[in-house]
Amino acid sequence: MIIFVLRRAGATLLLLLALSLLVFAMLYLAPGDIARNLLGTRNVTPEALAQIRARYHLDDPFLQQYWRWLTHAVTGDFGTSIRTGRPIGPLMLEKTGITAATAGLAFLLSVLVGIPTGIVTAVRRGRWLDRVLVTVSVIGVSAPGFAVGLLLLYVFALGLGWFPIYGTGEGFFDSLWHLALPAVALALGLGAFVVKLTRAAVIRELDQDYVTFARGRGLSESATLRIVLRNAAIPIVTSLGLMVAYLFGGTVLIEVTFALPGLGSLMEESVLFKDIPVVQALTLAVAFVVSVTAFLVDLSYLLIDPRVRARTVR
Amino acid sequence: MTTPMTAPEQAPTPTPLLAVRDLRVASASGIIVAGLDLTVAPGETVAIVGESGSGKSMTVKALTGLLPEGVHAGGRMELPTRTDASDGRKGRPGREIDLAAPGAVWRDVRGSRIALLLQDPFTSLSPVHRCGDQIGWAISEGRAERVARLLAEVGLPAEVADKYPFQLSGGMRQRVAIAAGLAADPDLLIADEPTTALDVTTQHEVLELIARLQRERDMGLILITHDLRLARSRADRIMVMYAGRLVEEGPTARVMDAPAHPYTARLAACDPPLTHRLAVLPTIPGSVPRPWSVDAECAFAARCAFAVDACRTAEPELAEVAEGHRAACLRPETAGLPVASPEGAGDLAPGTGSVGGGSAEGGSAGGSASPLLTVEGQGVSASPLLTAEGLAKRFPGSAVPALDGVDLEIAAGETVAVVGESGSGKTTLARCVVGLERPDSGRIVFHGAATGARRVQIVFQDPYSALNPGLTIGTSLSEALRAAGRPKSEVGELLELVGLPAAYARRRPRALSGGERQRVAIARALAPRAGLLVCDESVSALDVSVQAQVLNLLADLRRRLGLTLLFITHDLAVARQIADRVYVMHHGRVVETGPVDSVLGAPAHEYTQRLLASIPAAD
Repeated sequence: MIIFVLRRAGATLLLLLALSLLVFAMLYLAPGDIARNLLGTRNVTPEALAQIRARYHLDDPFLQQYWRWLTHAVTGDFGTSIRTGRPIGPLMLEKTGITAATAGLAFLLSVLVGIPTGIVTAVRRGRWLDRVLVTVSVIGVSAPGFAVGLLLLYVFALGLGWFPIYGTGEGFFDSLWHLALPAVALALGLGAFVVKLTRAAVIRELDQDYVTFARGRGLSESATLRIVLRNAAIPIVTSLGLMVAYLFGGTVLIEVTFALPGLGSLMEESVLFKDIPVVQALTLAVAFVVSVTAFLVDLSYLLIDPRVRARTVR
Repeated sequence: MTTPMTAPEQAPTPTPLLAVRDLRVASASGIIVAGLDLTVAPGETVAIVGESGSGKSMTVKALTGLLPEGVHAGGRMELPTRTDASDGRKGRPGREIDLAAPGAVWRDVRGSRIALLLQDPFTSLSPVHRCGDQIGWAISEGRAERVARLLAEVGLPAEVADKYPFQLSGGMRQRVAIAAGLAADPDLLIADEPTTALDVTTQHEVLELIARLQRERDMGLILITHDLRLARSRADRIMVMYAGRLVEEGPTARVMDAPAHPYTARLAACDPPLTHRLAVLPTIPGSVPRPWSVDAECAFAARCAFAVDACRTAEPELAEVAEGHRAACLRPETAGLPVASPEGAGDLAPGTGSVGGGSAEGGSAGGSASPLLTVEGQGVSASPLLTAEGLAKRFPGSAVPALDGVDLEIAAGETVAVVGESGSGKTTLARCVVGLERPDSGRIVFHGAATGARRVQIVFQDPYSALNPGLTIGTSLSEALRAAGRPKSEVGELLELVGLPAAYARRRPRALSGGERQRVAIARALAPRAGLLVCDESVSALDVSVQAQVLNLLADLRRRLGLTLLFITHDLAVARQIADRVYVMHHGRVVETGPVDSVLGAPAHEYTQRLLASIPAAD
């Protein structure tokens, strides 16, 4: 089993290495002269260009540059932002909190509401409650997050005045209050997705022979459902892992909509400003989170599925 | 009112465990089970026998309130008071249950009164829970000890409690399932084809186990099976169902030895004998009608050789023909009579014109004068068509090899059967011969000039998944013809060759019965006129009457086209009927080989003897 964990960890590392190479190559793939790009909006003089070339070691071979960048990146040093002139590491760090809180809250909301709803729809399959909830979740999946965000802002912040329109708040409860609408906007699409995949997983398990056999030997409906859920957990956990990637795409739009100074906003501004070092750092961070999640999902199989456990023991 | 525990067969009316009156099952399309009465006494085994579509599984699902969505039951079930304190079990109050009732009423019926055991031990246990937990779910107090006792009762070691189902063999899983079913001490066990998914030797053990538990617990048993031979060896009473109707019931000996319904007699005749080879297997022409498509007539009339006009104007009532023996037939005396010409009628598909033994398809080897026994004797000619030497194959991640040095030789015009249980390597061998698997070592040599598709073709087990459901039969066949460089226009000819009307070309697979689909699969395999036809369990998914039709068809094709067959089967009786020579495989090795008569008649190897001994006694 340890071998399995090590092998998966090794594969994750390799993947990250490959991704980092791609991310670094972004600098070269971006249109225009690299030194000019790195100069940003400053005056383009031959001296400035030479200075940039020297500072970024642009005359070194590509792989040497990559290695220098990577070894620094691992220690958290991503260089300096072209736009603000500040070191990128601390810049990202101070914005991580808001993004993590929004995304985490949205994830929690969609899981805590989505999974029970999915189970209810599966158990009452074909009844009116199922139809209503499935219809709602189809709307949820298809409505874009930023549109839902605008609608929520309009109704609950502007119209009813229950929630603040922008800002991040201070202290735990105030922050929660400020982040509630963005999190809900993000969670809606996600939650609808969770409902659909939970429903599909539970229905598939409900049709299995072991359910008929459990009922046929007198187990109560709640006991039967517990057995079903344990089995249905395997596909559900896999899909939750996939959702994390989606979550990052969603936060960019939501943070811009709600004017939250998180990583999403930073990404938007940096892309607009061609602040390539920041974009590189952010991309690498997202890649890191997504591949670590995938790794954790793989490990969770060991807990949930004894068949995987048995196979890895060998 | 207590019931003395006498032998149930001598006392026809002890207080039954269960008395069902007028059980009906219906869905949106119409009736599925058309009203039957059923009683089971303590310690009694009642077998419900029928082919697929007979309604036997729906009947028992109705008895446990487990019908699928959209299917409804009607009728009343009486569960009389039980006060047997003899073995320490608590008495149970009488109950009368409306079979149409929803959920809640079933709670104290299932488990403690009736437990349902399913066919497939591979799917009837939850894959992610330990066996001990699964057995213990139905136990409220003293779980660990009860689980250990139940495991001991079904003959499993105590450490099985900590194992997951995937770590156990099929037979062990079925034992775990039985232990789980018994956890709530049911009075009546319903076993729905409990051994069909298991190997012969395991089947025997599991059936012995069920019989022992039944004796020890004085439990009633309803055994659902398609296998008359198994019913005969295990049941006190047999109920025969056909198209949703009970057509005959009575004590086992009476029903088997003096059947009073032609269907029972014909069904028994279709079962291929193990001891000798029949020239032509008896069959029942046509196929089972859907229960709801039968009007006021005997459901079997269309397939019955003795039907008279009266059979087609009203549905016959069950009538007593002897003490406790009843049949729904106007002419019960005809059941014992031989059917006029089994061959002519036997080979026909429903609604077909005439194909049977007559003229169709030229270009075949001759020898149609005396249709049988001509090829058999001299078939083993000198020229081999295929030889395989030292085949070995091990699948990655598997501890034991699938093939471990197998030699195989097939002569032109010969039929060779490979028999063995699951895991013996017989299917891997077939797939290697066809080229679907590559052996790790050893070589396969085809003698003769044929190449590619002309060398070898295969017919798979499951006719339902072997045909593309989106394509018409005609398209599937013309694809196969095109691959062989034959014109599309020969589709009709190909269909007639396998006893189907040419008009079937326009149909899609779902409009065909299982037997008809298998005929199409055979036709497709015949399209390239391959030298060797490999049949991988090609008849084992079919009902016994249909199986006989397909076996006859293969024998007939062999005669007319000079086919060479490699027949993979787990069923020794089938091998007996079709093969000239047989290879017995066990754990990837061939343990015995020789002419079918000597191998099955006087087996030399211990494993072959064990296989033969496990088959339920025929007579």
